[in-house]
Amino acid sequence: MNAREASAKVAHRTLIVLFSLFAAFPFAWMLITAFKKTNDLLDPNSFPFGYPRGMTLENLRVLFEETLFLRWIGNTVFVGVVVVIITLLLAVPAGYALARLSGTFGEQLGIGIFLTYLVPPTILFIPLAKVVSTLHLQDTLWSLVLTYPSFTIPFCTWLMMGFFKAIPKDIEEAAMVDGLSRLGAFTKVILPMSVAGILTVVIFTFTLVMQEFVYGLTFINSGRNFTVSVGVPSFLVRGDVYFWGSLMGACFIASVPIAFLYNLFVDRFIAGFTVGAVKG
Amino acid sequence: MRIADSPNALARILIAPALIYIGAVIGLPFILSLWFAVSDVTVSSAAGHYVGLENFRSALDDPSFRRALGNTFLFAILSQLIVIVLATTLAVALRKDFRGKWMVRLLILLPWVAPVSLGSIGWLWIFDSIYSLINYALYHWLHVCGPLPGMTPCPVWLGQPRLAMASIITVQVWRTLPLATVINLGGLSSIPQDIHDAASIDGAGFFRTLFQITIPLVLPILLVAVLFGFVFAFTDMIVVWVLTRGGPYDMTQVLASMAFFKGIDGGDLAGASAIALFLFPVLAAAAILLLRLARRAEVV
Repeated sequence: MNAREASAKVAHRTLIVLFSLFAAFPFAWMLITAFKKTNDLLDPNSFPFGYPRGMTLENLRVLFEETLFLRWIGNTVFVGVVVVIITLLLAVPAGYALARLSGTFGEQLGIGIFLTYLVPPTILFIPLAKVVSTLHLQDTLWSLVLTYPSFTIPFCTWLMMGFFKAIPKDIEEAAMVDGLSRLGAFTKVILPMSVAGILTVVIFTFTLVMQEFVYGLTFINSGRNFTVSVGVPSFLVRGDVYFWGSLMGACFIASVPIAFLYNLFVDRFIAGFTVGAVKG
Repeated sequence: MRIADSPNALARILIAPALIYIGAVIGLPFILSLWFAVSDVTVSSAAGHYVGLENFRSALDDPSFRRALGNTFLFAILSQLIVIVLATTLAVALRKDFRGKWMVRLLILLPWVAPVSLGSIGWLWIFDSIYSLINYALYHWLHVCGPLPGMTPCPVWLGQPRLAMASIITVQVWRTLPLATVINLGGLSSIPQDIHDAASIDGAGFFRTLFQITIPLVLPILLVAVLFGFVFAFTDMIVVWVLTRGGPYDMTQVLASMAFFKGIDGGDLAGASAIALFLFPVLAAAAILLLRLARRAEVV
């Protein structure tokens, strides 16, 4: 290896390390902070990357025993499961119909559905607040169950459409020659082949539910009914007293594990974003 | 022929529930917000009266609104300009194979996958007025500022308007960079290896290949990535809500956060709808651009 190649390698390594640090540092910092003793936390001159006065589990005990954190996790899981079911029931058949049966019109309809994903919660939350209160769903988890499919269905329909397009049409045609109806071919032959796609939809729906903030903040008022992404910033951060140790523990626990799961599926997610654009 | 066998009838039945749901939770509220914007509806009133363009006029007359409008563009455009440069650099670096690449990819994706509200709290702690890690480094390691008499006071990151704006842009870059990078990476890997081989046989160096071959070829995909990032940053209120609540003195307010404070905290649904609708023309433009890009890339 000559000097030029060696310096290119060093430059490459440095670049990778700097970017990784930028991306991951806030999470590392959460993890470090979660085990700090209050005396260290409240001393601006204490060395930040260590534990001069020792480590403690007290912050995490407070988080789990004295805050509603576990309840928020439970709420998130509940909303997540119901929204996953609604999304699967609506988006999987719609994705199949768009992929197979409607020709060019279907393609345009598919793009139209995907574009609704661009309509942000920040335009819709005000009228939806009125709708939710008219339906007497104010301050219940059902307000979230009703509204979250508005962003999970468009995206998952689009994902499933791409997935079904990749399955050759011959397979259904063979099944129909064998005496199944088209609907039967879909439910008995195509669906069992699509487990990987359906699993992807489940993971993405769940992460989207977990990340949602605006609707949760708008429709829910009492601490007991928050999901984790709204409960932590609006309930653990209140007034001027910050329990940084517990707060950082909560942020870390609620964000990093799901990221590992998501990472296994991320290539499909990207394929969904670029379907039109990387065809060539 | 039975319905289960007729392709188009079946398609309509399969797609109808999704379309009805989307119509009910996106279409209907959207129409409702158009009505709210030209009415005087509040949280407590049962029905409103038509007031014409009054809400838009009073929004445009309000200096805080004009500042929020400017901020919304400023934050979204600046953050995505930075993202274009960083995402291209990072994607080119990640193209090469090296040990631990999956780990690096996982770390780089974290800000995108983690709930934005929680990631932003991590930054809130980094930017804290007293316990800021940045200020610790500036004081103890670089000795450029500090709390002792005679020293320049350290910056209050979220308390001074310009610094607060820079902090918000940093967090927007941080959370949209992963998406742009992975989309970009997908684009890079779709360039056939032959092209790179041909360039290197012809004696093109790294930077020449980058600017004359790689970047022009991935440009459509890079633009898709940046448009998505732009839409997310443009319509976002979470980062502002967590970091500054629009402060100090409404200096960092954006349209979305302003609509929230006015409509949900203040109960003025009509005024808030008018503010939020200012987001719409830009979104429509972004959508049209995206469609064009997708079509052009298909032709290539």
